[in-house]
Amino acid sequence: MAGWPEGGTNGLRAFLHGLPGVDEVGAQGRAAALGTRSIKTSAKVWAVDMSISMVDLTTLEGMDTVGKVRALCAKALRPDPMDRTCPSVAAVCVYGDLAGVARECVGDAVHVAAVSTAFPSGRASLEVKLLDTAEAVSAGADEIDMVIDRGAFLSGDYTKVFEEIQAVKAACGDAHLKVILETGELQTLDHVRRASWLAMIAGADFIKTSTGKVTTNATPPVTLVMLEAVRDFYEVSGRRIGVKAAGGIRTAKDAVKYLVLVKETAGEEWLTPDLFRFGASTLLNDLLMQRQRLLTGHYSGPNYVTLD
Amino acid sequence: MTFDYAPAPESRAVVDIASHYGLFIGGQFVDAASGDALKTVNPATEEVLAEVSVAGAADVDAAVLAARRAFDEVWGGMPGRDRAKYLYRIARIIQERSRELAVLETLDNGKPIKESRDVDIPLAAAHFFYHAGWADKLGYAGYGSNPKPLGVAGQVIPWNFPLLMLAWKIAPALACGNTVVLKPAETTPLTALAFAEICQQAGLPDGVVNILTGAGETGRLLVEHSGIDKVAFTGSTEVGRQIMRAVAGTSKRLTLELGGKGANIVFDDAPIDQAVEGIVNGIYFNQGHVCCAGSRLLVQETIADTLIASLKRRLGTLRLGDPLDKNTDIGAINSAAQLGRIMDLARSGDDEGAERWTAPCALPDRGWWFPPTVFTGVSQAHRIAREEIFGPVLSVLTFRTPDEAVEKANNTPYGLSAGIWTEKGSRILWMADRLRDGVIWANTFNRFDPTSPFGGYKESGFGREGGVAGLGAYLSAEEGR
Repeated sequence: MAGWPEGGTNGLRAFLHGLPGVDEVGAQGRAAALGTRSIKTSAKVWAVDMSISMVDLTTLEGMDTVGKVRALCAKALRPDPMDRTCPSVAAVCVYGDLAGVARECVGDAVHVAAVSTAFPSGRASLEVKLLDTAEAVSAGADEIDMVIDRGAFLSGDYTKVFEEIQAVKAACGDAHLKVILETGELQTLDHVRRASWLAMIAGADFIKTSTGKVTTNATPPVTLVMLEAVRDFYEVSGRRIGVKAAGGIRTAKDAVKYLVLVKETAGEEWLTPDLFRFGASTLLNDLLMQRQRLLTGHYSGPNYVTLD
Repeated sequence: MTFDYAPAPESRAVVDIASHYGLFIGGQFVDAASGDALKTVNPATEEVLAEVSVAGAADVDAAVLAARRAFDEVWGGMPGRDRAKYLYRIARIIQERSRELAVLETLDNGKPIKESRDVDIPLAAAHFFYHAGWADKLGYAGYGSNPKPLGVAGQVIPWNFPLLMLAWKIAPALACGNTVVLKPAETTPLTALAFAEICQQAGLPDGVVNILTGAGETGRLLVEHSGIDKVAFTGSTEVGRQIMRAVAGTSKRLTLELGGKGANIVFDDAPIDQAVEGIVNGIYFNQGHVCCAGSRLLVQETIADTLIASLKRRLGTLRLGDPLDKNTDIGAINSAAQLGRIMDLARSGDDEGAERWTAPCALPDRGWWFPPTVFTGVSQAHRIAREEIFGPVLSVLTFRTPDEAVEKANNTPYGLSAGIWTEKGSRILWMADRLRDGVIWANTFNRFDPTSPFGGYKESGFGREGGVAGLGAYLSAEEGR
C-alpha cells in the first residue's frame, strides 16, 4: 500500500499536514466555472435519470414515524408512479431505529442507509456509537452514514477520529460505510481535504459532506475538493471511494452541475450510484418534474409529482 | 453510457452583420476614398463575414481632422461631469448589447463564447464605468489640480481581445478629455464597428471617436500623422519598435504594450490543484493569444513530475471546437498566418530536442486550429523558451531554489507578467520584489480589473493602462485652463 500512516498521532499529523493546500479563491473559481457548463437535450435527459438513481431519499426528523418511512420507501421504489421507465433511487436514508421498517418495505430493491454514531452531533462515547451502528446493521441497514468527531478533528486529535472510523467500519460488517465530514463545521477547504484523506485511509467507502443539520451543507467548492481527494486516493491506492453531497441541493439544475463537477474532476468512472450520491429529499420531485418536461415537452407542476 | 455534453450553441441570430462596412469618421460611416476593402473571416469556419473599408492617407487626414475639431469645439472643454455621462451611457449600452457583442466577437475572433461572454464584454463595460467615474475627479488623481488632456490620440489595437483592447484605449482617453482615432486589427474589425454604432446610439458628439479599419499601412499612416498628439499601441514588439522610430523627434506622447514571455512559477508548497487551473488559464485561455500569457512554466524540481502529470490529466478534459458552443474551452486560432507562426515555433521545439505532448482532442476539418501543447525538457536556450509563441503552447522548465526561479524568470527580453504559486505569503512578497514584470499574480493568473494598472518592463513596452496610473497616459500635468 502507499506510504500513509496506519495510525499514531505524529504520523497522521505529518501526513495530513503534508497534503497540498487548497487555495479557497481558486477552488471557488473552478467550481463556479464548471457551473457554467450548458447541459441540454440528450445530455440533460441522461443527467436527470442518473441523478434520480443517485438520490439517497432521506427523512431525518424527530417526527418521523413508521407511516412516514413507508411512504418514503414507496416513493424510493417508484419515484414516478405514472412512468414505469423512471429509475428508482439509490437508497432510503433514515435513523437507525427505522432501518428495519425501511428494509421491510424496500426488500433488496434499493439500499437502506441508516445514520449512526449519535448523528448529527457525534457527541457520545465510542461504545454508544458502535452499538448504534451494530443495531442499525442488524435491523437491515446495508449502508451506515456515520459522523466524525469534529471536536477531535479541530483540536488535532486525528488519532481519535481515525480509530473511531476504523472501529465503526468493523462494526459495519458487510455494510458500506459513509463518513460524514460535516464540512460546514470544518469550515476551511484545507480541513476538508485533510478530513477526506483521514476518512479514506481509515477505511471509509464513501465520504459525505454534511448531515443536513447545520447552516452550511454541501457546496460545489467543498464537493470539488472531496472529488479531488478521491481521485488522488485512487491514484495511490487503486481503490475508488465514493462521494455523497448532502443537504441544500434542491433543484435538478443544481444536481446536473454536481454531475459536471464529478465528470470533470474525478472522471466518468465516478458517474454511478456506487460512487456518487445525493443526500436529499425535495430534490427528487424537481428531478421528476424536469424528467416529465423533457419526455413530454410540457412543463409539469407540483401536482403531478407525489408529496410523501 | 457516458455523460456526453450535447451541442449547446449560442444563437447567431442575435447579430446582424452587414455585407460591407465603411469607416467611422466624424460620427458617420463613409467609404474609403480609395474604395479599397478587405474581408474579415470567421477563423473557425473560414467563412467571409463582411467586407470592410481600408483607410488610406486621405481618410486618415479626414479622421484626424474630425477628431481635432471635436476636441477643439466640444470635447476638450466639456466639464468632466458631462463627459462622464457619455461614458456611463456607453458602458450601459455595452451591457445591454452584451450578448450580441459576445457573439460578434466570437465569430470574428474565434475565441470561445464563454470567454467573450464572461470576460471580454463584461470587462469592456467595466472599463467604461470605471473611467466614467474618473472624468470629473481628475484633479485628485495625482496629476496636478487641473490636468489637461493631450488632444487627439491615435490608437492601434490587436486582434486578441478586440473590444476589450478598444475599451482599454478609448475609455481613459475620453475620460481625460481627449478625442481618438482608433484602428482595430485587420482580422477583427467587427466589434469596433459595432462600437461606432454604440457611439451614435449614445449621442456622443461627432468626431470624438473615429474608427479606421485597415491593415498595417493604415496603422502606419495614423501613427505618423502630424495632427495627433499621442500614440497608444498594443501589439508585437517588432511593430512597437517601428512606431518608436516613427514617433522619435516629434512631440507625440507614446505608450506601448508589447509582447511577453510570462513565467508561471510553481513552488513545491503550492496549492497544486489550483496551480494546475492557473497554468491552464495562463496559457490556454484565449488559445494562448494573450500578451501576458504564462507561456513558461517554471516548476520546482521536487514536484515537477506530479505537477506535469496532473496538468496533462487536466488538459485531457479541455473541449476544443465550435467557439459558439457554450461548453467550448479552446476556440480557433485567429488567422492562417498566426497558425503558421505557432507551427513554426513548435517545430523548433522538436528540432531543438524538447519533448512535445499534445492534448488528445480532434481538430475540426475547416478553420485554423492548434491543440493544447506542452513541451517538457525545455532549457533557457531553446527558442520556445525565449520567443513569444502567442498560441496554446507551454514550455516547461524546472528550478531548484527561489533564487534560481527569479533568475530564470527574469532572463528574457520581455517583462510583462509573472505568476507565483506558493502557500507561503512571505515568499510571494520576496519574489514580487525581484521579478522584473509589470503585472505579478499570486496564486492566480490572467485576472484583470480596470482598477489595476497593466503594462510592461523592458521590451514589453512602457506606460500603464487602467487604474490611476493609466490616466497619466492621457493627461498633461501642466496646469490647465
